[in-house]
Parts: sequence; C-alpha cells; structure tokens
Amino acid sequence: MSDIERLLEPMIPALRRYSRALLRDQSASDDLVQDCLERAIAHWGQRRTDGNPRAWVFAILQNLFKTRMRRIANRAPDVALEDADESAIAVAAPQVKQLLYKETLGALAKLPEDQRAVLLLVAVEDLSYAEAAKVLGVPIGTVMSRLSRARERLLALTTGEARPDTAQLQLRIVK
Amino acid sequence: MTMRPISDDDLHGYVDHQLEPKRLAEVRAYLAEHPEVSAKISSYAEQRERLRAALTPIAEEPLPSRLNLARMIEMQRRPLGIPPWVAVAASVALVLLGGTGGWTLKGASQRPTEGIASLALEAANSFAVYAPDHIRPIELRASDRAELVSWVSQRFGRTVSVPDLSRSGYRFMGGRLVPTAHGPAALYMYDDDHGTRLVMLARPMAIEQNTPMSPLVSGNINGFAWVDHGIGYSLVGQPPGGTLHPLADEARRQIGQST
Repeated sequence: MSDIERLLEPMIPALRRYSRALLRDQSASDDLVQDCLERAIAHWGQRRTDGNPRAWVFAILQNLFKTRMRRIANRAPDVALEDADESAIAVAAPQVKQLLYKETLGALAKLPEDQRAVLLLVAVEDLSYAEAAKVLGVPIGTVMSRLSRARERLLALTTGEARPDTAQLQLRIVK
Repeated sequence: MTMRPISDDDLHGYVDHQLEPKRLAEVRAYLAEHPEVSAKISSYAEQRERLRAALTPIAEEPLPSRLNLARMIEMQRRPLGIPPWVAVAASVALVLLGGTGGWTLKGASQRPTEGIASLALEAANSFAVYAPDHIRPIELRASDRAELVSWVSQRFGRTVSVPDLSRSGYRFMGGRLVPTAHGPAALYMYDDDHGTRLVMLARPMAIEQNTPMSPLVSGNINGFAWVDHGIGYSLVGQPPGGTLHPLADEARRQIGQST
C-alpha cells in the first residue's frame, strides 16, 4: 500500500463529514471531496513532509469550498442557508435524540460561514487551533475570536435567547 | 509563583481538550471556584458533544464507490495522466541517443555517450521518469537530507551537498540514487509553489575534472551541465533556459563554496 493510501484513506470519512456540514447536500459535498482527493493525489509530492497531512488535505478542501461558494455567490447572491434542506445532514439517529440533533444542526446552519468552519474544524474534526488557522489561512487570534463568537451564538440559538439579528433589526427601526 | 491569569482561549482549550496538563489543572481549579463561568463552559462542552454526535453518522456511512482512493490513484497513474510533453521528451531522448544532433551541447563535440553531454542526457531521462511521478518522485524527503547526503557521499567517496535554491522560489523536495551507464548518480529534486519541478543530477566523472557550464536542450527539457572537482552536475527542467541559467549558476556557486 502506497504512502498516499495509508495516510489519505483514513481521512476520507472526516472529509465527507466536514464537507457535508458545510454544504448540506450529499452529492455536492461528495463532489467536493472527490475534487479534494484528486488534487491531494496529484500534489502529494509537494506537501510539506514535516507538516501534518491532515491539515494539508483539509486546507485543499477548504480552498475548493471557498472557490465554489464564490462561484455560487456570483450566480445567485445571498443563498439563504436557513432555507437549505436540513434532512440532507439529519441522519438516522435514535428517535429521542433526533430532535436534539436536528435542532443543533439547524442552529449550526444559521452561523456565519466563517464561524461554522472554525467550530467544525476544531470541535468536530479535532484539529488544533494552529492547524485550523493554517486550513483557513487566518492568524490563530482570528480562529480564537471566531470560535468564541460561534459558541456564543450557537448557545443563544439553541437556548432560544434573543437572536442578534432580530435585536439589531429593531434597533435600526427605532433609529 | 503566581499563576498566569485564565483567558478565554484557555477556556476554549479546556472544552476542546487542547490544554497542557499543567494548564488544565489550573483551569480546573479556576472553574471550581467560579460556578457561573463553569456553567457556561459546561454548556459549550455539551454543545460540542451534541455537534459531534449529530455529525458522526456521516463519517460512518459506507464510502461511495467514486471515492475509492486506490482507483483514483490508478486513474492518475495511467499514461493518459502523464503530461504529453514528458512522453515526447522521453521518446526524443531515447530515439536520439545513438544518433546525432539530438542533444545540442553548445561549444562541445563529445559524443553523447560520454562527458557532460552524457551526464545531461542522464539528467533529462531521470527527469522524464521521476518528475511527473505523483506517487514516489523521491525516496528520501527533504527532512531526511542528512541521511540522503551521507548515502550519496558513501557511494561517491565524496560529499555532494544539496544546493539551496529556496531564494529563487524552488524548495528542496528530497532525492534518491539512480543508475546510469557510469554508475550511481544522485538525483535531487526541487519544486516551486506552482508544482514546477527541477532535477539536479550529480555523479563522479571519469575524465573531466573542471568543465565550464554548458546549456543543453532536449525536446522540452532544458538544462545546464558543468563539472566541479571531478563531479559532474546537471540541472534540468521544463522552464526556459533563461530561467534555469541563474538557478544553475546559484547551484554551482554553492557547490564551489562547499568543495
């Protein structure tokens, strides 16, 4: 078994999970993973051999995702993620928990894209903060502040506290 | 000694299990004394677990067959995947080996079976084989540089150091030993941010001790060759000669300094 297979194959399930949590569409997210793997194979010799291949591969996926989002944004500005089909990621789970999961994923979808990416990389994919910074191409301080805002917002959304957008909207109307 | 104050970053590090044991103990002690912060951190931890649990089933699904990695690698390995210029360059080099005029080595008239013309041909052939290889272009990586240099030096009875071309945008990827008609040669490979690869081949020369640098061309492969203290060097790649020349000069300068 080649080096590529040994290191890359075990990552595929996590890449699919991350991709689907970002795109919320099974076939589109598997397309993204396929693109990512093809690139990783083609450029395998160019990765920094002293670095973590996991962060390198996630960075490829992240860049492909960004390119894709830019293309979508050019076609139809402001695709409301809230309107996306939740059943795309709500998978079969025990009945009792399913509702809770659905609520969590619904709230996740309402986070700004940057915050969602950080939270997924760190909390679900177990990347270190430094690795997440590398994947997203931002300083580690930005990772920390996005993570902090993502957690606060997600908590507010799931505990039904005042939603920031509504509050802002009201302020604007009063003014 | 007073403890460093606890920061938000520490609290997230606690939730994500990213703290060093010492800091972890300090954060735990802090949380024990601050129930409001502790409550918020627990809800973050709970949120984390819920997120993981909700998404885990995706990672447990059987992989769709289009994500079969072995097959994807096989697809890229097929001749179809080899850039046409490599195939052309390789065939040109092979066909012209016994003929005349294939290798144009300016200012020299050696037959291409000996001297630096032969070295240059070996470099181009090695380039055509290893540079387009996605699986294992090199055997020892840049991180094993010391091992590679000692391996090569042991075979040559001479040290052949690795020129550093990073200031020109080419980083050292690693290398290997390759066979030639004149015994083993060291292959060092470099690439830039666009994935453009260069190969430097080095081996002891039978006769020549010091030969000035000569440009050479074979198909789409360009390069330069020279001999320094009995070791012949050839830097080859796809970029035009004008781009390669300063790189070869830089490599020769560094080698000249180390010998």
